[in-house]
Amino acid sequence: MKYTVTDKGYYGQFGGAYIPEMLYPNVEELRSNYLQIMYEEEFQKEFNELLKDFVGRPTPLYFATRLSERYATRIYLKREDLCHTGAHKINNTIGQILLAKRLGKKKIIAETGAGQHGVATATVCALMGMECTVYMGKHDMERQRPNVERMRILGTTVVPVLSGSMTLKDATNEAMRHWINHPVDTHYIIGSVVGPHPYPDIVARFQSVISKEMKEQLIEAEGNPFPDYVIACVGGGSNAAGAFYHYLEAEHVNLVGVEAAGKGVQSGQSAATTVLGKPGILHGSKTLLMQTEDGQVVEPYSISAGLDYPGIGPMHAHLFDVGRVQFLSATDDEAMEAGIELSRMEGIIPAIETAHALAMLKKMEFDRDDVVVINLSGRGDKDLETYIKWGKY
Amino acid sequence: MSIHNRVKDLFGQQRHELLSVFYTAGFPRLEDTPRIAGLLERSGVDMIEIGIPFSDPIADGPVIQESNTIALGNGMTVKKLLEQVREIRKTVKIPIVLMGYLNPVVQYGIESFCRDAANAGVDGLILPDMPAEEYRRAYRKFFDENNLTITFLISPTTSPERIRQIDEATNGFIYAVSSSSTTGAKLSFSKEQEDYFEEIRKMKLKNPFMIGFGISNRETFSLACLHGSGAIVGSAFISLLRTSTDFEKDILKFVTNLKGKSNE
Repeated sequence: MKYTVTDKGYYGQFGGAYIPEMLYPNVEELRSNYLQIMYEEEFQKEFNELLKDFVGRPTPLYFATRLSERYATRIYLKREDLCHTGAHKINNTIGQILLAKRLGKKKIIAETGAGQHGVATATVCALMGMECTVYMGKHDMERQRPNVERMRILGTTVVPVLSGSMTLKDATNEAMRHWINHPVDTHYIIGSVVGPHPYPDIVARFQSVISKEMKEQLIEAEGNPFPDYVIACVGGGSNAAGAFYHYLEAEHVNLVGVEAAGKGVQSGQSAATTVLGKPGILHGSKTLLMQTEDGQVVEPYSISAGLDYPGIGPMHAHLFDVGRVQFLSATDDEAMEAGIELSRMEGIIPAIETAHALAMLKKMEFDRDDVVVINLSGRGDKDLETYIKWGKY
Repeated sequence: MSIHNRVKDLFGQQRHELLSVFYTAGFPRLEDTPRIAGLLERSGVDMIEIGIPFSDPIADGPVIQESNTIALGNGMTVKKLLEQVREIRKTVKIPIVLMGYLNPVVQYGIESFCRDAANAGVDGLILPDMPAEEYRRAYRKFFDENNLTITFLISPTTSPERIRQIDEATNGFIYAVSSSSTTGAKLSFSKEQEDYFEEIRKMKLKNPFMIGFGISNRETFSLACLHGSGAIVGSAFISLLRTSTDFEKDILKFVTNLKGKSNE
């Protein structure tokens, strides 16, 4: 297993657990227990049943006929947008809340940017009857009001974060501070493949159900579990981690991560971390990070609230470093156009995060008999305001 | 670089009632750092901890967070801080420890940072998000080469075995965090906290320990001194700097109030 995490929590030079001592017992408790708990038969049974009956898995692998004709190739969409709550995020929150219960935790905290992970966390907390607090940047709360109300309806307390730039990075800081102050009874459900070890590995494993299903479905559809391309958008990188996971060792499968270029990679308003970042330490791990020369974290920009994170998960930083995953980017406009295109041609309005992955159809070249799987990580209902404001449809 | 390390000298001479004061570099105004250090020494403080501002201080409560934001807004950088320490060292003789998050230090380059900090007159470093394992593996040699002390933190949730390991990795002093919390002033300690301090004392560690987080007044300072070698005051002092219009008068009063007497 060349690309998965080492015992010490590293992916090549990236990863680790760079945390203040006050967080050490919490993180260590998780580290020393997570694998054992996750692979218990009882745990797997409960997890898989909930994925099936509550989330609605397996999600379809849909052959996009009209899109395939237009781009003269074979395009499949992995329909994570059909998961309960509208995105892949719930695969991880279901897994983590079961983990939290087995660790005897009574309360759950989470951070959220666009609100998708917050809603997915609020949902599983309602399901399990656990108290839930979600930290969300004040600026994001204003941008994503429907998701704030969704969380509140589900019984979650949404705490506005007023520090820093009042977005995802600051919400993550605040959730970590809460965890420092409540070490014993609280589990922190991180929503992406970021944070101190073992979080990136926990989230990647729970999301890996995506590529596990893809393989089975491709055998059915194409007689071969291995596509030529898997394409997924990358903010922190949880849906990409899940879509790539079971293909990492299959070197002939081209894996493509798509970052948000914002108004252009070099415009000063971008979130293309693999181009603009360098190795640094944030939120407990060493990874590629957008930062000033003096090591201060830079606030990224994207039209999509789910992609404007200044780093990427350490696993992705490593996959980029060793060239296993090709990282490309889409601008705001390219993504919005791709979102409208999918709506018009296939009857699916995608999340704007996801639209960044779809934008690669125009930017890459495929052979007619290539099998191209795009991870359709979320649906676009939450982004209606942004679509309306963009207006070109 | 001096042959003597002022942190080691201090704890070699005295291991009780020590007062260390923390403040953020470049706060409230960019050029305040040296002046505050001078006034702290004159007021009778035993050691100074200067914070390297960072954009994402996850272990800090609101008061220190805000001071970081203001300092960065003022244009504070690591390079600027080292120049200010050089300035401070023209007059100030007490130990100076820099405290900050790992990323700005790593971007500066850990080897050059240790060298430049020692040359400027820094005696030790506290980097709360640096894992002890990483320190031993990759960084220790630069600390040793430059005669810099390293301080690790322990908290009430740190196990006794781990306290022993941290004691092994530390040289200078251990920073005992008073409660499992982010930084911030509190008015008193609970029975559990006192028991925890007493447990550490009984462990007879090789390093002295200073108690920090939640020290804000004479009561908490005295209690901390009953168990440890002294205490570290941060948020309460930053709050004072935020509102003070007369540093000279207010800093002296603050320190005198804490210690119950002036060392002048």
